[in-house]
Amino acid sequence: MSAVVKQVLIKGGRVIDPGSGLDEVTDVLLSNGLVEAVGKKIAAPEGADIIDATGLVVTPGFVDLHCHLREPGFEDKETIASGTRAAAAGGFTTVCAMSNTDPPMDNASTIDYVMRKAADEGAVRVLPIGSVTKASAGRELAEMAEMADAGAIGFSDDGHPVADDALMRQALTYASAFGLPIIEHCEVPELAAGGQINEGWVATRLGVKGVPAAAEEQMAARDIALAELTGSWVHLAHVSTAGTGDMVRRAKERGIKVTAEVTPHHLTLTEDVVLGHLTGGNSFDPLTADAYNTFAKVNPPLRSQADVDAMIAALAEGVIDAIATDHAPHNRQDKLSTLNDAAFGISNLETALGAVLSLVHADSLSLARLIESLTLGPARLLGDRAPAGLGTLATGAPADIALIDPDAEWIVRPENFVSKGKNTPLAGATLKGRVKTTIYAGRVVFDAEQGRAS
Amino acid sequence: MTTVRRVGIPALSNGGGSMSSGRKNVLDLDDFSREELDGVLQNTTAMREVLNRSIRKVPALRGHTVITLFHEPSTRTRVSFEQAGKVLSADVINVTSAGSSSKKGESLYNTALTLQAMNADIIVIRHPHSGAPHFLARHLDSCIINAGDGAHAHPSQALLDMYTIKEKLGSIEGKRVAIVGDILYSRVGRSNLWGLLKMGAQVTLCAPPTLVPPDFLRPLPEEHPFASVRVTHRVEEALEGADVVMALRLQLERQASGHLPSLREYSRMFCITTRRMELAAPDAIVMHPGPMNEGIEIDPEVAHGVRSVIDQQVTNGVAVRMALLFGVVTPDRSAAGRGAAQ
Repeated sequence: MSAVVKQVLIKGGRVIDPGSGLDEVTDVLLSNGLVEAVGKKIAAPEGADIIDATGLVVTPGFVDLHCHLREPGFEDKETIASGTRAAAAGGFTTVCAMSNTDPPMDNASTIDYVMRKAADEGAVRVLPIGSVTKASAGRELAEMAEMADAGAIGFSDDGHPVADDALMRQALTYASAFGLPIIEHCEVPELAAGGQINEGWVATRLGVKGVPAAAEEQMAARDIALAELTGSWVHLAHVSTAGTGDMVRRAKERGIKVTAEVTPHHLTLTEDVVLGHLTGGNSFDPLTADAYNTFAKVNPPLRSQADVDAMIAALAEGVIDAIATDHAPHNRQDKLSTLNDAAFGISNLETALGAVLSLVHADSLSLARLIESLTLGPARLLGDRAPAGLGTLATGAPADIALIDPDAEWIVRPENFVSKGKNTPLAGATLKGRVKTTIYAGRVVFDAEQGRAS
Repeated sequence: MTTVRRVGIPALSNGGGSMSSGRKNVLDLDDFSREELDGVLQNTTAMREVLNRSIRKVPALRGHTVITLFHEPSTRTRVSFEQAGKVLSADVINVTSAGSSSKKGESLYNTALTLQAMNADIIVIRHPHSGAPHFLARHLDSCIINAGDGAHAHPSQALLDMYTIKEKLGSIEGKRVAIVGDILYSRVGRSNLWGLLKMGAQVTLCAPPTLVPPDFLRPLPEEHPFASVRVTHRVEEALEGADVVMALRLQLERQASGHLPSLREYSRMFCITTRRMELAAPDAIVMHPGPMNEGIEIDPEVAHGVRSVIDQQVTNGVAVRMALLFGVVTPDRSAAGRGAAQ
């Protein structure tokens, strides 16, 4: 990337900057890959590109704390190149890549490999997450200090919890030396064993094994207790139940160092989607051939409406810090099977904004809080590992910008996804709100008119 | 076409029967209306008549291909579907996972496409995963008949159970049916629930709480399709006044998986014994979908005693499966140059 970047003036958009609380129609000037100024009627410098943002919402580029770029090892599902272009198409300019690659990111050299690859081929910023334990096997700590030096922003055995209580205690204690979180996938393996979807009537109806809410809550309770014991930071990935939300709320009130993220699907979809209908329908209706929808199989599973409502409330209150996509791309045959054989996961980067904007359109969440939970909320958790001002439009912040048309309706067509993962339960759904243009480090990396990331 | 298919089978239902409903698949009984269930049961009687002849063959499905695709061991279900198809003159081909390319790692999807490419009119599938028949139905134009999927459904078994109840007791409406055993994992129990409730039976489920789906252990909302079902953990309570006692097979691995302290204790608490049967109605019948663990869920004295209708269940199984094979509307392949001459 050359050092000289053209100036860009974004004119006349509704600028929302959670860093300053700004929410008004104004202009944004980007210079040299950084935000230079935000203000009314900025005169266009000579040679600057001018973007007319009339009718659009201008926000900092989104930050995703949790996605699976699959490289190295699973390039049939996604690559750093395709995943970061998908991120750009979804308004994300910073993505944190999960460690469950093959080989896993459990040492500094794999972290280094991913960062180099991302610098060469990535469309947006990639920040790696290292494994907590060697090969994420849950037995011995991985070399976290070296990974921290190499650029890891946290540690996770995502896909699995660190099930051994004593080892988790050590992991939290060890990671506190670098001020980095252990990012926990909360799930008691024995309670979740064999589970395909949420435990409840839908699972009973389908005759498949469910994962009870308690499988997540029991592990979250343990992690909070260990965070209190060690004084270290635990970040709970993809929380999904009302009970977990309550525990995080109480832990934060008690000053325990716990943070949490929630996915777009746990904010908007229920377990009923597994029955084969996205909206309407009733879990008492006869099953059709569309039942056992493998695209709705995800871990943690889609839960009940009461859980979804609790997640929205917890996000609105700030109990949950960030929306993270848990973007989990898979290839066609991974989902072209029975429910039991299907892989867990949803390709999420390109539908995340449209999905969560439904909460704003339904008046369940303010637009300001939504934008904050996609920008400053997650950026705060990156601390000094992230460039100064990330997730805000402060002067000197990275010139990462998302231009959003919050009212544009569009139909989800997975075949048009930039991501290699076409696995979404939203195929054919109409979403309201989409990313129009994404700017990363002062350059346009996605423009909806051109269709593809550049 | 219709006339040809009816040749040789007397008294087939044409009002509300499955043949007039345009049904492509039989995935479970949840999407059958009471009228359609009645129609299938009536057609089963007609099929029984065929089976009682000295020459058991009618041309109803001549020129049609039925493939049974069994990814789980089975004796009675597979054999009875095969026999049903053959009596109806279909060409029946049996595929089992042991002898098929699934052993070489072929996916169910690709296996299914292969069978469809061979112009399978009807695929009868048994699979350890719930929803495997729905998966095929989603992707194929062949008729799909569920012969048992995971812990989900076993509609032909439930239909033969219902037929046997009707045959022995005159009707299903108002009858008290006690289903005793591994409700949690039983596809037979589940399909019977849908079917029996639609036909107006009063159903009681009986099992230790660890073998009951967790949401059945709490009160169900009024609008729930199973709201009228009673759940008890005492077999004496379930059997009291029952007209039908249906014992379910207990998978022997339930002890190791922590659902039960011991098979011995299960048997002491839940086995259907002669003594316990005294609590049931005087003319109560005893059923079991097989294969039985005699001495665990059912005492041999009961299984082979005067109240047992277990052998009749097997006999009726063939007739019910004939009615199902006959009732589905097979794809019209005349455009492909077949069928017109049949």
